[in-house]
Amino acid sequence: MSHDRDNASFINRQSFIELDARERAKSLFDVGASRELLGPFDRVESPWLSMQGVTPQADDGCVVMKGKISGQAAVVVALEGAFQGGSMGEVSGAKLTAALDLACADNEKGIPTSAVMLLETGGVRLQEANLGLAAIAEIMASILALRKHAPVISVTAGPVGCFGGMSLAAGLSSYVVLTREARLGLNGPEVIEQESGVDEFDSSDRALIWAIHGGEQRYATGLADALVGDDTQEVADAIRRFIAKGVPPVHRSEQVALYRSRIAALDTSRQWEPRDLRATWGTSGSVGEKR
Amino acid sequence: MSEHTGIRGAVWFRALTGQASPMPGDPDSVLTADALLGEDNARFLCVVRDPHARFPCARDGQVGLEEAYTLATRVREVIEQDRNTIKRPIIAIVDVKSQAYGRREETAAIFLAAAAAADAYGSARLAGHPVITLVVGHALSGGFLTHGYQANRILAFDDDGVMIHAMHKEAAARITRRSVESLEQLGKTIAPLSYDILDYAKLGLLHKLLHVDSPENPSQQEIQNVREELIAAIQDARNSPVDLRNRLQSKEARETRKSSILTRSMLEAQWAEE
Repeated sequence: MSHDRDNASFINRQSFIELDARERAKSLFDVGASRELLGPFDRVESPWLSMQGVTPQADDGCVVMKGKISGQAAVVVALEGAFQGGSMGEVSGAKLTAALDLACADNEKGIPTSAVMLLETGGVRLQEANLGLAAIAEIMASILALRKHAPVISVTAGPVGCFGGMSLAAGLSSYVVLTREARLGLNGPEVIEQESGVDEFDSSDRALIWAIHGGEQRYATGLADALVGDDTQEVADAIRRFIAKGVPPVHRSEQVALYRSRIAALDTSRQWEPRDLRATWGTSGSVGEKR
Repeated sequence: MSEHTGIRGAVWFRALTGQASPMPGDPDSVLTADALLGEDNARFLCVVRDPHARFPCARDGQVGLEEAYTLATRVREVIEQDRNTIKRPIIAIVDVKSQAYGRREETAAIFLAAAAAADAYGSARLAGHPVITLVVGHALSGGFLTHGYQANRILAFDDDGVMIHAMHKEAAARITRRSVESLEQLGKTIAPLSYDILDYAKLGLLHKLLHVDSPENPSQQEIQNVREELIAAIQDARNSPVDLRNRLQSKEARETRKSSILTRSMLEAQWAEE
């Protein structure tokens, strides 16, 4: 019987990963309580791509939606992993920064406004190189300013993952939500293999990649606050839960002494079995649960 | 070029602080010192090359796990100590190759370490500390995001030993399927792609370019000039908002980052509509 029920819930679930950025963003708001800002019809595109023979996109792969979640003001910014790998260019970066800054200003005016970032991104868009890197630095600054007032929640679902400079944006978030299909890390396997050699990281070793960067491992080592299924309702529920919790008493990226001591305790003379880290790091759980 | 990464950092750290050693308990790759700068006692930080670093992928001037958490510790210490007193300036001397590219680093979440260091710098800025970055050599990619890019003001030397970029040339060429030569050619017309510091200056992100004739062996006069520029930048930061809006307000930014400015103003207008 329970087998039938499991089948029914599996059939009824709506995949979050299969949605595009716009649908993902919309799915998180209260029904009928969202509107897109600076949408594709405004046609604010990257000015740098066409001069390099790359077709720009009318929303630059970044969807900003404002509305209500659990009846409270919120902004959701979703990166489109299908456009240039979700990479951050000048315009997509400015959209994300501006959305965070406007949410911050509303909080300062007494309108509590949370932010959700749907991060499906390889980091800097190399066709916009230095403006992408600068945009990420500004996004990080804006997260730091906003999260004093309201939670900034990042979600990575898959299949692109969250890499490069944008992994630092995830690291600064109040709460990190991942699926099993998500990967989170600074350097992707191919980059490490190129820079440090195949002995350091064999980028064809799928099992190794998931063992290190995979959502399950990140959650089990206390580096994410929720591990959810590929289900729109589950993602939305996790976000509602973290919005209700509010700003955590201490953010993960502020826990310097804890993590510094953990790094000091590691034996660097050999490579590690990633799973072994769970025993020592997994105990702290979610930032929301701490203290 | 990259074999010199970290040399200039150490030279300028010593020139400006008169010191050259890490604080007790810190790895040899992070130099921290408090030294007089004008009327301020400023905290200087610099990541340098440590061929004996505990982590094998962080032995060549990269910012790795230990470097990032040490920076975070030493910056947070200043925020804590100055909570009820005048906010000390924090000077990041930058000459970093990149972030560390290693399996151990990824496993132990270097993304969080880097975020923690950026958090410390950004939090110091928000708390009212003038955070000034002096790029004396390379400032690449995640290394710069970790150490330097959260500053109120960024100063850089203007010679060709200075490079600020999202990714080093060879890797950027490979990933965008171009030759290094065609990448360099593109940089001449597309400023954000360029590896030339004079083109970087066109983006409007810098507070000022400084010229030093011999950055690896500066004269007393050159050191004094740089010191005075730092003091002026501190003063400027103290008289300005603690956010990064100045990076969009320069003459160069109004030209090169037009799309950023347009995006912000349109989004703001639509945000207010109900």
